[in-house]
Amino acid sequence: MINSSSDNVKKLNSINRRMFIVGSLKFFIMIGIVSRLFFLQVKENKKYLTLSDKNRIREWKLAPVRGEFHDYFGNVIAGNFEAYQLHVIPEQVEDFRYVIYRLKDLLELTDKEFNKVLKKKNQIKPWETLIVSDNLSWQKFSKINNHLYDLNGVKPVISISRNYPFKENFTHLIGYVSQANQDDIESAQVIKKNFVPGLKVGKIGLEKTFEEKLIGTNDIERYEVNAYGRRISQLEYQKGEKGKTLKLTIDTEIQKLANKLLKDKAGSICVMDIYSGAVIAMHSSPSFDPNLFVFGISQDDWQLIRNDPMKPLVNKTLQGNYSPGSTIKPIVALSALENGIINTNFTVRCTGKTEMYDQTYHCWKKKGHGYVSLRNAMKQSCDTYFYEIARKLGVDKLSETAKKFGLGEKVFGDLFDIEKKGLIPNTQWKKDALGKGWLLGETIITGIGQGYIQTTPIQLCLMTAQIANGGYKIYPHIVVDDKIKDQPIDKFTPLCKNSKHIKIVQDAIFGSTNEVMGTSYRSRIDNPKYQFAGKTGTAQVKKITEEERELDLKTFEIPYEQRDHALYIAFGPYKNPRYALSIIVEHGGNGSTTAAPMATKLFKLIIDRHKIRETLRNKRYLEI
Amino acid sequence: MYQHTRLSTNRLGFFQKFRNFDYILLLCILLLGFISLATMYSTDGGEVKFHTKSHFTKLVVFTLMMLILSFINIKYWFSIGYLAYVVVIGLLIWTYLFGITSSGSQRWINLYFINLQPSELMKIFIIVCLAKFFHRKKLENVNSLYTILTSLIIILLPMGLVIVQPDLGTAVLIAISGIVVLWFAGTNYKYFIYTFLGFIISLPFIIAFLQPYQKLRVLTFLNPDKDPLGAGYQIIQSKIAVGSGGIFGKGFLKGTQSYLEFLPEKHTDFIFTLFSEEFGFIGSALLLVIYAVIIYRIIAIGAGSRSYFAKIFCYSFGAAIFVYITINMSMVLGLLPIVGSPLPIMSYGGSSMLATMIGFGIVMSARVHNQQLIA
Repeated sequence: MINSSSDNVKKLNSINRRMFIVGSLKFFIMIGIVSRLFFLQVKENKKYLTLSDKNRIREWKLAPVRGEFHDYFGNVIAGNFEAYQLHVIPEQVEDFRYVIYRLKDLLELTDKEFNKVLKKKNQIKPWETLIVSDNLSWQKFSKINNHLYDLNGVKPVISISRNYPFKENFTHLIGYVSQANQDDIESAQVIKKNFVPGLKVGKIGLEKTFEEKLIGTNDIERYEVNAYGRRISQLEYQKGEKGKTLKLTIDTEIQKLANKLLKDKAGSICVMDIYSGAVIAMHSSPSFDPNLFVFGISQDDWQLIRNDPMKPLVNKTLQGNYSPGSTIKPIVALSALENGIINTNFTVRCTGKTEMYDQTYHCWKKKGHGYVSLRNAMKQSCDTYFYEIARKLGVDKLSETAKKFGLGEKVFGDLFDIEKKGLIPNTQWKKDALGKGWLLGETIITGIGQGYIQTTPIQLCLMTAQIANGGYKIYPHIVVDDKIKDQPIDKFTPLCKNSKHIKIVQDAIFGSTNEVMGTSYRSRIDNPKYQFAGKTGTAQVKKITEEERELDLKTFEIPYEQRDHALYIAFGPYKNPRYALSIIVEHGGNGSTTAAPMATKLFKLIIDRHKIRETLRNKRYLEI
Repeated sequence: MYQHTRLSTNRLGFFQKFRNFDYILLLCILLLGFISLATMYSTDGGEVKFHTKSHFTKLVVFTLMMLILSFINIKYWFSIGYLAYVVVIGLLIWTYLFGITSSGSQRWINLYFINLQPSELMKIFIIVCLAKFFHRKKLENVNSLYTILTSLIIILLPMGLVIVQPDLGTAVLIAISGIVVLWFAGTNYKYFIYTFLGFIISLPFIIAFLQPYQKLRVLTFLNPDKDPLGAGYQIIQSKIAVGSGGIFGKGFLKGTQSYLEFLPEKHTDFIFTLFSEEFGFIGSALLLVIYAVIIYRIIAIGAGSRSYFAKIFCYSFGAAIFVYITINMSMVLGLLPIVGSPLPIMSYGGSSMLATMIGFGIVMSARVHNQQLIA
């Protein structure tokens, strides 16, 4: 008993001692846990609160509303319209199969379209929106609305989308928008920033150039989401800003006329204010409807456009490199005058052809023009005269003058990435590019705008404008910028030494249109209000063989691809010039019969519209 | 030797027993039950759904059971000590042979009304068994080879049966429960020190023998940001939830992390995370205080018990409960690798609650019969 009781005491002592050790240990561990809690919940609270918000809040961007394009008079030429769309959220539909087949019937979807929708459905999560149709007609949209009682989970939605009310009229100028692809996202920061699935961005033309201004900013919806990304509740809606609306210098009426004139032809028309450089109209034909691209073009439509032999996808105004033909003659004449090669009394005898350097050069008139002075040579477009002065002038001096007047250089600078520079050859160029010496014969044909020389229609228009305004440099532009930016310093600097020379050339061009024997005499307008001066041009597409020359075929007898391009440059009204234009009709045959008559119609409208334009401009200044 | 007015042989009347209850302990258990019910309600998204209902039922049934067990004389607990251990070992073997497999481990026995997890029961009955084993041991015999080997076998046998399930977490907890008894029984300090050092040295080898998922857990614990959406997900989300709770918490039913399903296992192992997110530092500290009071009361009851068995059981049970709480909280707070260990009473799970309540029942019985001597 004593033994056992002493053992009991020892046991009690031992267990109590050990309990004390464990108790102290517990105390410290407890303090450890509490300090950990304190560290996480009080000290690091901000950090974890942010992380928790990051977890639960997710942003959804909506496509921004794109800025519009207006013409000079405020007409919307690229705007937005409300597209009727049909959205389905699969998880909200009780019987998806039933609904989707019902929709197929109602919307008359083809099997191909239907399968596309089903494929899309499999790619998304069940709570994400499935766009069954992105642009429904009003009839179908109302039909769906009438059947909604039967279509659980189907949402008719009105969304904003691009619309080009004038269809093919502005396609090459403005371009079009379409769904952004990987390249678009990678190439432009602003697209990357605003990207949402289904975002439409400019693919060509001004839509592409001014993407940054037009795109606007996203609407942002903030949702609380769960761990699986399902939206639980909307927390915030942040309205985005609509893109900037750009006002163009274009006059829709003139643009429409240009389109009408070039209907079923391949070619280009551009009209420019000779003092401000404002482009009034710029059209390339054939064109296509840009609305086709907005929701993705169908394969059939695309093939139709792509395979058209008249190449609607090419913006001929900016991308078309054409031999200027006789339209270069004013520059050749001016260059000769400027360099003192000729004066107004200088004459050449034209016999229809001349032999130079073992080669025969033909004038377009077989019988020849006889003795011609500068004025007569310009009027009748005598080739022999220009062969002679080109020979005397030399290609280097000629190219110098041509470049001064804007040939061989991009007219709009960086505005259009597709714009071509054309080519104004000189001896140095040939050595560099082709590694051969310049031949004198090449100078001679350059004098009538054949050979290496290549110009774009917009360059010809600028050249004409600068001749018309008395030889002062202008910078063409399309977008009206309300803020008057720092103008280039050399704007309105004289391009020639003696203004008399410009006067001589202007007068010669006037003769070409308004005097008997002039190449475009038949297209003249006698009313001084509309009277204009113009120079025809006919650019050969291929070298004419001797046999063909003998045959002297009419235009319609030659196959389309081999017909000459018809060109015309003009400015008016002659008494007090304001506008210049260039017309080119691909394979149109002859400048005087095909291109010049278009100028007549154009000038009538241009001059009529001028007054309205001026009134608007004055009003704008008064408002400011 | 302690001659007392009330002899151990005296039978206590029902009301006397009732008066002997530790009402502070009872109150704390009920309070904990209430808190766990509210938290469960929150995990169900603020609705009375399956987990809440089931938890409520278990809570009521097991609390009643605990009260009934309190009336059983502590000496009967002593007498069934070995038997209970053998029965649970039998159940573990049964589990090994015929158990239900869920998420890769075979831990449960289907009893038709409940899926019983015998390894949870073992956490209690190993204490009962070892307490009985050491009750009569003289202090000088405690460190004899025979005693130590026997007690090691008692610990290692259920451990092995649980490890093969596989359930390392519970096996470790069973081992700790057993070792705690050895500690209180007076096993020489040096054994603990040697074992501890041996464990540290062999740790790399143990890790090498771990299952790949267990290895991953250890590695993830060391660097949870290495794979934030995979293995590190649980620990990162848990820390975010706790940390974002702040001082006052996000408010009842407003824990975004759990409500939006970022929290894994929020009903069971991570229930404290949810509680902590909604009630903040103050709430968590209060919960810890409740647990501390419970443990304190258990120890106090042990200290007030006349029988060595009751004392050793209470101390060990108090220490074990403390270890369960510590391991669970350290795990969700990112202080320990993820091991499956429930938070007593708070976590959803019948077997765990059953075992804990049996433990409380024995403690309460020790309190009611604190003058009982066991020969």
